[in-house]
Amino acid sequence: MNTLRVGNIFIYAFLIGMSLFFIIPFYVMVITSFKPAVEATIDNIWTLPTMIDFSGIQEAFAKLAPSLWNSILLVIPATVISSFLGSFNGYIISKWKFRGSETIFTLLLFGMFMPHQTILLPLVVLLQKIGLYNTITGLAIVHIIYGLPVTTLIFRNFYTNIPNEMLEAGKIDGCGLFGIYKYLILPLSIPGFVVVGIWQFTSIWNEFLMAATITSVGSQPIMVALMSLSGAHFSYWNMIMAGSLLAALPTMIVYITLSRFFIKGLMAGSIKG
Amino acid sequence: MIGKVDTAGPGLNHTTTAKLKRKRFVSDRVVPFLLLMPSFIATLLFVYAFIAWTVYVSFSNWDSVSIDLSFAGITNYINLFNDFRFLSGIRNNIVITVLFVAASIVMGIVLALAIDSKIKGEAFFRNLFIFPMAISSIVAGVVWQWLLNPTSGYNNILKALGVEDLPMWYISEQVLFSFPFRDVQFGIPVALFSVLLAICWQMTGFVMAMFLSGLRAIPDDYREAARLDGASELQIFWLVILPLLRPVMVSVVVMIGHISLKIFDLIYAMTGPGSAFMTDMPGVYMFETTFRGNHYGSGAAIATIILFCVSILIVPYLISQRRQEVDGR
Repeated sequence: MNTLRVGNIFIYAFLIGMSLFFIIPFYVMVITSFKPAVEATIDNIWTLPTMIDFSGIQEAFAKLAPSLWNSILLVIPATVISSFLGSFNGYIISKWKFRGSETIFTLLLFGMFMPHQTILLPLVVLLQKIGLYNTITGLAIVHIIYGLPVTTLIFRNFYTNIPNEMLEAGKIDGCGLFGIYKYLILPLSIPGFVVVGIWQFTSIWNEFLMAATITSVGSQPIMVALMSLSGAHFSYWNMIMAGSLLAALPTMIVYITLSRFFIKGLMAGSIKG
Repeated sequence: MIGKVDTAGPGLNHTTTAKLKRKRFVSDRVVPFLLLMPSFIATLLFVYAFIAWTVYVSFSNWDSVSIDLSFAGITNYINLFNDFRFLSGIRNNIVITVLFVAASIVMGIVLALAIDSKIKGEAFFRNLFIFPMAISSIVAGVVWQWLLNPTSGYNNILKALGVEDLPMWYISEQVLFSFPFRDVQFGIPVALFSVLLAICWQMTGFVMAMFLSGLRAIPDDYREAARLDGASELQIFWLVILPLLRPVMVSVVVMIGHISLKIFDLIYAMTGPGSAFMTDMPGVYMFETTFRGNHYGSGAAIATIILFCVSILIVPYLISQRRQEVDGR
């Protein structure tokens, strides 16, 4: 009993130490955001602000507001559409198997792991041809297409747990493929939609490479704008940190309120390939 | 089967039942196939055709704004293997992948064990460690750039503690265990340890969560039985727990390995290529040379090499996972 308790003290000490490592970047980001420019210097990166100052936040917001809006316009339709497509694909792949459906699924899944560098060049050329280059619509379509593997995978794993007997019952009642989806599957899918929705929201909000390639000033989403802000105003650390905070805030809030579903998505998207 | 035919109803004779059945059978297969087609065709175009096109460009002379797809053989690849920046990037990518996989396995297991040891506040610790996964790599890169800046951040604390030789972090141009290979000093660039810290901050929680779900899947009976046989806790870990975590370990190596091979945003935001390309990565070089320098053929060749490395890791894993699943049912 005694050794157990000594062991526990070690474990707590270790976990608290690790917690510091994980919290420190957040601490520095938040305190620096609320410092006046004169205090946000390299010498007192660690000290709390002497007074709470919103000028950094205001300046960052003034600079980032258009791209925050772009991100909202991008992320909402892309998340909703890719969730529904994933739900429908997952339903067919798990419940209406046909010869070759597993192969199609495997081919689909590879898209999840493929480095995006490999498709950027033809993607830009195609988007330029169809007039969607440098538009939020174009970027949203790109996110919907490259989101297909992960949304399909999560829903397909989710639907595998729904017993086939339920579908048989639906068939006997005269429902077809669409009827079963509409009356049986969709009402049961709410938790699946929460997991997939959070996952897509977070990934699309945070994505940088494709956004930086496809958009330029005017149509830039938040991460691209943050990147140019931090490059252009190198020593205004209060404004840069405030910008980072603004950019991270939506996903932070989603995580803090719905971490359970976020972690579910994280697991669903990785282990059972 | 016979029982099912009856559901067609008593009013139908055998031939119509058979026809109905066949019709249903055909539509049960054709309709789902047709419904999956849009996504499948999109994948064929946006993944596989695009990959083929990029590989094709990598063998072309296209090196400026005006498109030129004339065949260049393997010139682009040969140039890359004589290129100081590309070779530095390959060195850095190999080093960071090995360090990152090793560090995340060790940290992931240790954290998972600590959280799984029936302590108070486990949900708090778990959620905190996974939190950085929800943060954009760009934000992470910007913040860590400041934390590891040699003139501020952690060095301020080290200075206050009286450390004389302050680390140069990502500015360092030192290469450990170095040996020359075509102009480039191969070995372990010290600057990469800064990158390792930031990337572990972001991803360790994910690895921990994978190990945690692996640990939770091991029935307590196993530990109990080993304890009854007189095994020490350490022996239980090495001989019972660790072997059972092997499938998770394989997943972690593949996931973390392929993330590391295609790493881009964190590096781009935190250090960029770095001084003397000490923190450059093929992913960063590809982006800059293609979209900032218009060297399309060369960029496509880098992209092809990254894809090849990722595929070596992912394709066998994907196939074996899928096969296991099909067999399991």
